[in-house]
Amino acid sequence: MRAVLFLVLAAGLAIGGVSTVRAHAFLDHASPAVGSAVPAAPAAVTISFTQNLEPAFSGVAVTDAAGQRVDLGNAQIVPGHPDQLQVGLRPLPAGIYTVTWHVVSVDTHPTQGTFTFDVGGR
Amino acid sequence: MNRKLRRAAAIAAAVLLSLPGAALAHGFAGDRFFPATILTDDPFVADEMSLPTFTRTPAALEGSRAYDLDIDIAKRLTPDLGFTAGYGWKSVRPPGGPSVTGFGPLRTGLQYQLFVDAPHEAIALANLGATWAHTGRVSALAAPDFTTLTPGFDFGKGFGDLPRELPWLRPFAVTGNLSIDFPTKTESAGVPNPNNFNYGFAIEYSLPYLQCCVKDIGLPAPFNQLIPLVEFSFSTPFNRLTPGVTTTGTIQPGVIWSGTYFQIGAEAILPATRASGHGIGGLIQLHFYLDDIFPTTIGRPISEWR
Repeated sequence: MRAVLFLVLAAGLAIGGVSTVRAHAFLDHASPAVGSAVPAAPAAVTISFTQNLEPAFSGVAVTDAAGQRVDLGNAQIVPGHPDQLQVGLRPLPAGIYTVTWHVVSVDTHPTQGTFTFDVGGR
Repeated sequence: MNRKLRRAAAIAAAVLLSLPGAALAHGFAGDRFFPATILTDDPFVADEMSLPTFTRTPAALEGSRAYDLDIDIAKRLTPDLGFTAGYGWKSVRPPGGPSVTGFGPLRTGLQYQLFVDAPHEAIALANLGATWAHTGRVSALAAPDFTTLTPGFDFGKGFGDLPRELPWLRPFAVTGNLSIDFPTKTESAGVPNPNNFNYGFAIEYSLPYLQCCVKDIGLPAPFNQLIPLVEFSFSTPFNRLTPGVTTTGTIQPGVIWSGTYFQIGAEAILPATRASGHGIGGLIQLHFYLDDIFPTTIGRPISEWR
């Protein structure tokens, strides 16, 4: 029974403490949106996460269908928005592009993801 | 070293420590997040706790019905080695008779993360479970008077690596278990204790994966964090057979809502064989992610405690 009481107490502490801690950063939304078709080439890809990010350990790359980088290599946390990651793009011809991101949230939890968007609206 | 450099070094060390084998706890394999399923053992070591799982079982063959209240905890000892423990209180209500209550047996397990294949969203784990003798109410609730050792293999596979031409199938994932029970006593009160082959799997459709990695269809909260699933679990005795003792199992359709610090799961319980009872049961579970709640202390592997 003591073990049960300990676990109940631990759960109570957990619930009480959640407002002051951080967790894994998941993709919340992106521009261009995940899997979207856009009529015109965007100037940048911006990804919003569910947690604030560590700039030194977070990055994003954009490649074309041949696997060639089409971003400007200037991925950065958006000033004033520590939960957003952005990278500029070269002028993109019509086609499907792949965004590959990896981030570390401010409590050191790493996550990663991949999605595509389609320029030209096919 | 200035403060910025020290902070960067500390973060780098923490990240590097969490990377071996990419065993990140919390059920990640590449882009895929596997939730902690309720019936199917998780194929990853983790720092998580189910508190509680409340179950109303389907009626047994003789008509009795059980209500269970369980607690389970999983703790990483190292990034790839984990320990699990579970204990539960049970109330059995036979038809027309008074309820019988008490604890079931203590369950523990030792787990080793075999691999995490990020590009293929594949993950596997070997485990050795033990159900301990005389840790529950033996006479009234049929808790075992013998210890059972259960080596097993747990696996998971996400289908995010399917061709882009099949976008709506990519959020699917499967996790599964294979194990064998080795009772340390061949019979109890004149009744044989057979070896059992246990097998089960869960089919999941991850709406978070659909939103993050396939197509943002604009699902609002809380629907964007739902993972509908169906779990299957069976146990087949294969020696020391007793007449009437045969395969038992359940099919459990349900849904898991996965939040930042905890998840909530609910499933119906349908008997899958005649010997598994009749009627419909159900369960609900509250499950905490200790690695997210306590990221710098007890949510880390014990080997990384300072």
